[in-house]
Amino acid sequence: MAEETLVRPLPQAAARPAQRNRWGERALQINAFFAYFFLYAPIAILVIFSFSNSSFAGVWGGFTFDWYIRLFQNARLMEALRNSVYVALISTTLATMIGTLVALGMERFRFKGRTSLDAVLYLPIVIPDIVMAVMLLLFFSTALQLINGMFGTAMRMNLTTVIIAHVAFNISFVAVVVRASLKSFDWRMEEAAQDLGANEWATFRRITLPLILPGIVGGALLGFTLSLDDYVIAAFTTGPGFSTLPIEVFSRVRRSITPEINAISTIMLLASVLLVVASQIFQSRQHR
Amino acid sequence: MARTIAVELASVTKRFGDVTAVDNTSLQLYDGEFFSLLGPSGCGKTTILRMLAGFEYPTSGSITIHGREMGHTPPYKRPVNTVFQSYALFPHMTVEQNVAFGLEMKNAPKAEIKTRVVEALEMVRLGEYGNRRPRQLSGGQQQRVALARALVNQPEVLLLDEPLAALDEKLRKEMQLELKGLQERLGITFLFVTHDQEEALTMSDRIGVMNRGHILQVGNPIEIYERPTSRFVADFIGETNFVSGTVCELHGNIAAINTAAGQTLRGLAQQGVQVGQPVTISIRPEKVFLTPISNGTPPTPPSKHMNAMPVQVERINYIGSDTRIIVRLHDGNTFDVWESNTRSTLDRDEYWQPGEAALLSWPEENALVLTE
Repeated sequence: MAEETLVRPLPQAAARPAQRNRWGERALQINAFFAYFFLYAPIAILVIFSFSNSSFAGVWGGFTFDWYIRLFQNARLMEALRNSVYVALISTTLATMIGTLVALGMERFRFKGRTSLDAVLYLPIVIPDIVMAVMLLLFFSTALQLINGMFGTAMRMNLTTVIIAHVAFNISFVAVVVRASLKSFDWRMEEAAQDLGANEWATFRRITLPLILPGIVGGALLGFTLSLDDYVIAAFTTGPGFSTLPIEVFSRVRRSITPEINAISTIMLLASVLLVVASQIFQSRQHR
Repeated sequence: MARTIAVELASVTKRFGDVTAVDNTSLQLYDGEFFSLLGPSGCGKTTILRMLAGFEYPTSGSITIHGREMGHTPPYKRPVNTVFQSYALFPHMTVEQNVAFGLEMKNAPKAEIKTRVVEALEMVRLGEYGNRRPRQLSGGQQQRVALARALVNQPEVLLLDEPLAALDEKLRKEMQLELKGLQERLGITFLFVTHDQEEALTMSDRIGVMNRGHILQVGNPIEIYERPTSRFVADFIGETNFVSGTVCELHGNIAAINTAAGQTLRGLAQQGVQVGQPVTISIRPEKVFLTPISNGTPPTPPSKHMNAMPVQVERINYIGSDTRIIVRLHDGNTFDVWESNTRSTLDRDEYWQPGEAALLSWPEENALVLTE
């Protein structure tokens, strides 16, 4: 009895505004449907056709794992994958170390020119990739020309220049993520540690680093993903014979879209999603 | 008994840019005493604590702990530990790991760390909470972990930066007693920074009252309350009434003062008070008597050593243990009088009524003549 009287007024109260906004609500639902459809339909098609037993990328010929198997037997693609992972690992490690130190310095100290440095730090994030790529290409060719001229060497652009380029833009991303996590860091923790006898290094290792580690790992994972996914900058800064995975895929697409490309794209998609999710999880862990 | 000096500040000044936080201050703390630095926020008390901890270095002057010059010694090389206002417990460590941290930094043997951590947690009655994380504890428990984490290192001086400010009233009172008991048992010198005068009076052996970067007065709680040497101290500690006037006569340590309203009042003169000097008399509201005047004829003061003046009762605030009465003097100023409710009665006629005429009186030694 008591339950009924409690429940009854609610639907009546809720019914009226719902009626009035029915068309608005319907329009919103349709909008949401299309937004998600445009976002995810191509992805779904890509994934589905990577399992299609047909040598034409857009034709369904029954289910198969063949393209994935072929993929792993394809020496060129595998080498490109190895190159990509190699570039991503090294550039991420370097960018994470430098970016973390930059973030710590910017958050901890108040110094002259900090505001302008702050603004400049974010520049690589907003500069279009193509501009960044042209800049770096120009930089490397000039620098290499200069070095080769001075020392009589014959150095050319290769994966090392790609790594340097990736470090250059990843520092900004790592620094931004680490700084965000430092905003919630209580600097009195450092005073407390020093008060208890920890010197600067012990304080960093035992207190500061563990407390901001989720932010650092989050930044590193984001940097790793960006490096793995980058086509434009890698294409401009690598030399002949050194392909990363996106470069290799793009060169194949120019000839024809094969289901093999679908398969490799699906794997890259999966890796990216996993890395971004992991990055988010690590960043949110700090605030628990 | 000659007491050894634990901490000495000699002519210490600390400036932050244009702001002078501590101005040419000297102070000595004795071994094993509970010393409170008391003052309003921004008076420099926390800066003194932070200079002792090593988080700030003095602009000039010297700080020694048991005779050793601290100078620019970093915090981790000083024989002091701090209990922070916000506790600053390490959130990624358990209670046990928090308490063990200081001993680990000193490379104490593992077995010793273990027993001392257990002892320290027992001492603050948190023996069963060793495996918890700080965030799983209540404010009072976190406070006790912070205390154990500092005391386990057996510091020569324990610095406490308003550690009870975040606790609720009842818990704060409990912690005051617990802290005092702990300090007496361990015999460690405590430097306690607070803006709460009651807290300072309850716990301290000695109190230093600070204002605007200066220590105005140092003394035990009774001296600080009963014999403030300045208007600021009289006003900041407890409550008081001020009457200003000019010294007209001096008899030993009793001064007679002419007030603006043309009355002559007597009080205990501070050293250095001179005839003709403008002064302030401070009279605590609980140190005066209020007697009814019947039939409009003012009674004579009980003795010639009493100050007396007719007043009118204006407002009565009954607060349980006391009744606080605001009376109006003939010159128009108000005066606070506190009467202890020593008798229990519901009879309204036993209490003061607004508009009643009364005689306000006090023994001359209950009033203090202050120069500032």
